[in-house]
Amino acid sequence: MKLRNLAVAALSALVLALPADMADASKVKGEVTNFDFSFQGLTGTYDRNQLQRGLQVFHEVCASCHGLEYVAFRTLSDRNGPELPEDQMRAFADMYEVWDEELRDWRPATGPDHFPESQFEGAPDLSLMTKARAGFSGPYGLGINQLMKGIGGPEYIASFLLGYTGEEDFQAGSMFYYNRAYGDWVSMAPVLFDDMVFYEDGTEATEEQMALDVAAFLTWTAEPKLVERKHAGFVGVIFLSVLAALLYLTNKQLWAPVKKAAKKD
Amino acid sequence: MSGIPHDHYEPKSNAEKYIHRRLPIVGLIYDTIMLPTPKNLNWMWIWGIVLMFCLVLQIVTGIVLAMHYTPHVDHAFASVEHIMRNVNGGHMLRYLHQNGSMLFFFAVYLHMFRGMYYGSYKAPREITWIIGMLIYLAMMATAFMGYVLPWGQMSFWGATVITGLFGAIPGIGDMLQTWLLGGPAVDNAALNRFFSLHYLLPFVILGLSIVHIWAFHTTGNNNPTGVEVRRTSKEEAEKDTLPFWPYFVIKDLFALVVILAIFWALVGFMPNFLGHTDNYIEANPLVTPPEIVPEWYFLPFYAILRAFTSDVWVVIAVNWLSFGIIDATFFGVLAMFASIFVWALLPWLDTSSVRSGRYRPMFKWWFWLFIVNFVVLTWAGAMPAEGIYTTISLIGTTYWFAYFLVILPLLGVLEKPLPEPASIEEDFKASLKSKSDNDPKGPNAEPIPAE
Repeated sequence: MKLRNLAVAALSALVLALPADMADASKVKGEVTNFDFSFQGLTGTYDRNQLQRGLQVFHEVCASCHGLEYVAFRTLSDRNGPELPEDQMRAFADMYEVWDEELRDWRPATGPDHFPESQFEGAPDLSLMTKARAGFSGPYGLGINQLMKGIGGPEYIASFLLGYTGEEDFQAGSMFYYNRAYGDWVSMAPVLFDDMVFYEDGTEATEEQMALDVAAFLTWTAEPKLVERKHAGFVGVIFLSVLAALLYLTNKQLWAPVKKAAKKD
Repeated sequence: MSGIPHDHYEPKSNAEKYIHRRLPIVGLIYDTIMLPTPKNLNWMWIWGIVLMFCLVLQIVTGIVLAMHYTPHVDHAFASVEHIMRNVNGGHMLRYLHQNGSMLFFFAVYLHMFRGMYYGSYKAPREITWIIGMLIYLAMMATAFMGYVLPWGQMSFWGATVITGLFGAIPGIGDMLQTWLLGGPAVDNAALNRFFSLHYLLPFVILGLSIVHIWAFHTTGNNNPTGVEVRRTSKEEAEKDTLPFWPYFVIKDLFALVVILAIFWALVGFMPNFLGHTDNYIEANPLVTPPEIVPEWYFLPFYAILRAFTSDVWVVIAVNWLSFGIIDATFFGVLAMFASIFVWALLPWLDTSSVRSGRYRPMFKWWFWLFIVNFVVLTWAGAMPAEGIYTTISLIGTTYWFAYFLVILPLLGVLEKPLPEPASIEEDFKASLKSKSDNDPKGPNAEPIPAE
């Protein structure tokens, strides 16, 4: 595993700062595949095992360059999240180092600490990436599809990771790679290869499986309260519908004598 | 308070008399909620309650959000994420506040369109209209500054573009922009004052809303016929009206709850539908987004702003006549402010003596064209400012000004209005009759409101 981390770090060393227009290309111009995720739809929830696998992919692959600065380690144990047991969460945090202002030194991270920031300028922080990219805008650019499918952020992340065509271009001292999902050349090299991680739960670590898992994990990091929010949505809509029905009947009864009197003469 | 004769509050017990002699507050509340209201109000008269609800929602959620928010360029974005992740119910508070502004503007536009169709701005309700326009301006300022606070990319660049409009004023522009921002660019000073003003302005809106309500309680409500309530005696007035409580309170509450159910579904299931994805990227003064678009409720004016490119002959002419002082950018700024100004002048631009669009056969068409044009401008504002889109914006802008400055003044002279009903009572009865006869083409064939 250490070796693999090193290899990824070496790969990332090749990667230079992204072209300026990439860092904020929220409207996606490339091809985004419409993958299915468990958290889609009105009742969709996160798949705990998938989030744990995604966490593993993030930890072993993405974390060598990218940060996750808004996510606290303790939230890995939260309900409707990866739900790591407390001791596992602490052991996981212990693998990261954070700068302690009081000690004026680096120390191993604990539960309340956040994931580190990105290692260098060119790699954007991934905490909110699935909300910062809209893979879908249909139909007719209205985006109404969001109700069932979401904005397409996780689909974009997965499509991006799987979207390398293998074309390379060496320009001004740095390597660029063509990516179908982005629809242009990017400076990030392809990072996922079959069986590069070993999943404890026996899931086969195909390239696509890893891409989907990490996309799901990053959806959770961007919207950790998604399940609570949908639940509140359901309760609220049902409550308001019942209230509306009662008010409709009240209103009808209230106006009935007025209307009757008006019709009589 | 109202000019319509009705029963006023009479203190009965000694305690009531004691209070009433010293502070007639119960009487004030009684007269306010027992206001005689025309019987025939349709479903487009519910937006006032929706707007009042929105204001309260925004103030309540906003005050709680402010308890957790940090107005500093280094911490603002992170503090919003703190609210979304760590504050109890913070994600709902924040999404309610964000989407609440959208509901607020949606309701205010329908409220204004209703006023335009039924001539609610005409004498004696001009001041109600003017105060309403002031509320609308304050809403726009509040919404703009509120959008800056999360300190995302679109916050930052939106603020840069909009304050840049003031910079386009010849001579004093740069100075003015620096003064507004508290520095040469959008930075911590600007964020702090935007936060301060974003907290202040809603209370100004609240004050203006009370004056707005006071004004129309003095004149009485308009109604779909535009015919005034008969005021010669209390008996006659009662044939045309019903007290606001309980008849209209319950009716409005029903409509409000239906709208809230839809709003709640939006917040619960697609809270980022109307937002911009770029605002989930922290503000970066070094990276300009590929497109800078305001929130949807500003888009028509954004389209007007960008419609005047330097190759439009009006711009060339004005540029030449002003010895180059007014360039295309400044012309766009002037056009944008003028487009709102002419809207405010509506009571004096409409020369027709008939209030309601229902009895104005020609006006109807121009009005609906205005609505279509409004939608087209909203769409054009979201498109890049190039090619066919600026042409469409320019046509839309031309119609906007033509509607207020040419069509409305002329229609009053050219149009032959249809006969109005003699009284509100007559209209109310006719609408009930036509409903029971299942005749959709009766005198109450109203445009279906958007609920």
